[in-house]
Amino acid sequence: MSIFEYNGSAIVAMAGKECVAIGSDLRFGVQLQTLATDYKKIYKIHDQLFLGLAGLGTDAETLSQRFAFKHNLYRLREERDIKPSAFGQMVSATLYERRFGPYFCQPVIAGLEPDGTPYLCGMDSIGAQETAKDFMVAGTATDSLLGICESLWRPDLGPEELFETVSQALLSGQDRDCLAGWGAVVYVITKDKVIARTLKGRMD
Amino acid sequence: MMRISCPLIDGPATSAAQDACGLRELGVGGAPVDSFPLPAVQDIDSFEREVVEYVKPNHGTTTLGFIFQGGVIIAVDSRASQGSYISSQTVKKVIEINPYLLGTMAGGAADCQFWERNLGRQCRLYELANGKRITVRGASKLLANTMFSYRGMGLSMGTMVAGWDEAGPGLYYVDSDGQRTKGKLFSVGSGSLYAYGVLDEGYRWDLSVEEAVELGLRSIYHATFRDAASGGTVSVYHVTQEGWTKVRGEDVGELHFRFYPDPAKHPCNSVDPLAV
Repeated sequence: MSIFEYNGSAIVAMAGKECVAIGSDLRFGVQLQTLATDYKKIYKIHDQLFLGLAGLGTDAETLSQRFAFKHNLYRLREERDIKPSAFGQMVSATLYERRFGPYFCQPVIAGLEPDGTPYLCGMDSIGAQETAKDFMVAGTATDSLLGICESLWRPDLGPEELFETVSQALLSGQDRDCLAGWGAVVYVITKDKVIARTLKGRMD
Repeated sequence: MMRISCPLIDGPATSAAQDACGLRELGVGGAPVDSFPLPAVQDIDSFEREVVEYVKPNHGTTTLGFIFQGGVIIAVDSRASQGSYISSQTVKKVIEINPYLLGTMAGGAADCQFWERNLGRQCRLYELANGKRITVRGASKLLANTMFSYRGMGLSMGTMVAGWDEAGPGLYYVDSDGQRTKGKLFSVGSGSLYAYGVLDEGYRWDLSVEEAVELGLRSIYHATFRDAASGGTVSVYHVTQEGWTKVRGEDVGELHFRFYPDPAKHPCNSVDPLAV
């Protein structure tokens, strides 16, 4: 068994028209044993930028704290929030620092650039960036999530349609994975607000 | 062809006197199936170990069975997984051997299906030869003997044989190591420990039928919640003097919210997932 599958996770992010959405499952387990169902894998960096960390829970916790710390320093020096694309570069560089002893996490970054265009990117555990115009997935349910995203995603979805699409993709995708599921959270980021909702899913 | 010769275990002797009905020809005792061709390799043990990796069996399961005042209860989940992928949520894990006998399925799906079907055939032929139904004791022994004759060859089964005969309710645990145990209460599979927790806490001999069905249902539900490899639907069977009946079949997706209508009150939810 891979260490990336030790705790289990499912993350989806999708781009819409002047909005992006990111969602994750809520399970925290140790191999086959489910320990908690209130463990989300999405971290807020600022109002227009969210980070999803799939993979080993302990490393995700450490990384999220390191990124929060780095963003605080950035704000002190620059007196502004970091741009999603710059944050992507920073995450990539931070991961590559541990090239020969990586954090066992796959990040997904979703945010809105200052001009309102969606920014989506994913990475492997040592920082190989992959930007996408449509959607990004990570975690133990990637195979089934990719399939459902390919068939549900359409260009220029509005915030509510995007929420529905991400939610359906996440719920269907994680229902084919033993290690992810037990409910979900979805965040839709728009220019002036963030829609945050929990989803009711299968609890097995 | 390699075969271990165990005439005492393998089945009835072949002499014509003992085979007045010509049942041997029909294959009583499992003649057509007890001689699978073996792969022509030097070290069959390590070869089979490698093969098992390719034929990744259905490992995640929760099944349980118990005897009480009102008969036997059998309850199972319905998930089949290959690694962490859920290959099906609608597997039938109770095998209906005949109207009075049930077998449960844990371990390799193909092994359980094949050998319990084979057991059904042996039981039917016993009935034709002897003019009476086979006992649960006899049926479980037939299966255990088959398992023993393939010991060490990579079969993977953990099964319960349950039923009703002239001695009353019967329940046996039989596995691919050849172990066979008579008992009042068993649970088998990756989720069995979780099921035992609920089952041991709620079990009494004088449970009413309704309470017993509910206990079986609840035990499997809790196992599907904690065990990632168990899930789908819960099926509950009840065996009485008149044979078995399927009494419940419920989707876990709905069952959870009947037991816990308010997600915030569930013990596994202590922080608000929306709090950033």
